[in-house]
Amino acid sequence: MLNTGDVLETIEMIQQEHLDIRTITMGISLFDCACDDIDRLSYKIYDKVCRYAKDLVKTGNDIGKEYGIPIVNKRIAVTPIAMMAASCGGKNPVKIAKMLDKAANELGVDFIGGYSALVQKGFSPGDYALIESIPEALSQTQRVCSSVNIGSTKTGINMDAVAKMGKIIKKSAKLTQDRNCIGAAKLVVFCNAPEDNPFMAGAFHGAGEPDCVINVGISGPGVVSAAIERAKGCDITQIAEVIKKTAFKITRAGQLVAREASKRLCVPFGIIDLSLAPTPAVGDSVAQIIENIGVENCGACGTTAILALLNDAVKKGGTMASSHVGGLSGSFIPVSEDRGMIEAVKKGCLTLNKLEAMTAVCSVGLDMIVIPGDTSSDVISAMIADEAAIGMVNSKTTAVRVIPAIGKNVGDELDFGGLLGKGPVMPVNTSSPSVFIKRGGRIPAPIHSLKN
Amino acid sequence: MKAVITVIGKDIVGILAKVSTMCAKYNINIMDVTQSVLQDLFAMIMLVDMKTCTIDFKEFVDKMALLGEDENLKIHVMHEDIFNSMHKI
Repeated sequence: MLNTGDVLETIEMIQQEHLDIRTITMGISLFDCACDDIDRLSYKIYDKVCRYAKDLVKTGNDIGKEYGIPIVNKRIAVTPIAMMAASCGGKNPVKIAKMLDKAANELGVDFIGGYSALVQKGFSPGDYALIESIPEALSQTQRVCSSVNIGSTKTGINMDAVAKMGKIIKKSAKLTQDRNCIGAAKLVVFCNAPEDNPFMAGAFHGAGEPDCVINVGISGPGVVSAAIERAKGCDITQIAEVIKKTAFKITRAGQLVAREASKRLCVPFGIIDLSLAPTPAVGDSVAQIIENIGVENCGACGTTAILALLNDAVKKGGTMASSHVGGLSGSFIPVSEDRGMIEAVKKGCLTLNKLEAMTAVCSVGLDMIVIPGDTSSDVISAMIADEAAIGMVNSKTTAVRVIPAIGKNVGDELDFGGLLGKGPVMPVNTSSPSVFIKRGGRIPAPIHSLKN
Repeated sequence: MKAVITVIGKDIVGILAKVSTMCAKYNINIMDVTQSVLQDLFAMIMLVDMKTCTIDFKEFVDKMALLGEDENLKIHVMHEDIFNSMHKI
């Protein structure tokens, strides 16, 4: 018989502490859809996505019900569309975005990612066409997410792409001004983008991936937070142990779901991404974990050290629990999605500068940060360059997902609703980086990238 | 497959009877039961065999949840593997 304490612990994790499987993401390769006619290409992509993912939502719901653990999102990631658009001679790929959206709607999936380009070393005509079309694509679709990789440890940082993305982010916000600038919330700029990440907005199906794969993203900041709250009086070594053990348990739940989904859908299992992804729900906050470990407010001195410990302990616990851990795995710090972080920003304790420092040790980067609508595109580009530099030098993924709140300023708020939450507009250093951004070119790869 | 039924709530007369009647109704064999009452709070864990169950598992999950609502209890039915995965290496 099962241990009563274990059974009740699991029930409590799910019922009280918001343990959930955040997403089952099906990765689908589109290479066999290649075609030089954009209409035909769009249709072939739509057809393949619909065929492959026809049972995804039902399977996710069935597994959730049988195992009693909520599976919050069912998502799809596809081959970066820039690679597909390349065969169409630089024609506007918005049609493909619309077909992806249509497929996502019909299948009932929450998001479809992969309206993406990988330009860490330079642009092909397909990349260029895709990046130019991002604002239009995001404003005309509901469920399509976009990402652009502008740098990597191996290649350095493509500063022409950095300069461009500042403008693209701003335009994406402007075109969706009537919908809380949601366009910019569905667009992320990466350095060292993982090719198997199941989380949005950055999910895409990398070129080295199989034809179809199941990746699972698990969350559970509430569970970690509650475990730490129970571990009063422990020293920091013991706290790391508590986090590792908790991460192990929640990853095992994810591994079970991934194995089951893979079996039922007859699709190979890819990876588990164990990421502490907060939601606006009370108690489901990474900031709360940090505060429970011992700072008055998230953002206080000590926050970066705690986050480093948290990120590392989560990875260690997760790795032991699953045969394949990948994606972003670690701790997210998306401001608008985390109730504790929103509070800390409102109190003036959590600033953009501190968040930048935190991104050196978290698993992603500057995420879901609302900035004044009049922030220049050069300043946004420079924020991207700073983040990418942190990622490039530390051989880790970093990302920027900032939302210029068009027509709003510090003191105002943007409310996206749902998992994206709401964010107060944060002040940004507006001192001009224009000369740097307009230089263009590439920041060379760091010396430690030469490992061969 | 085996499932775990957990019943949590305020202790009242006949909880065990109601849950086991429901199991019998759908031909579900009860393999093990543990229960504890801490002050007023009742917690029962039941291991059942679903092999001979006459209705769909998901339907049974809903029926038990509904019974829980009627009795002001929280009743969850979950596949045994979720507990095994999380707590056993």
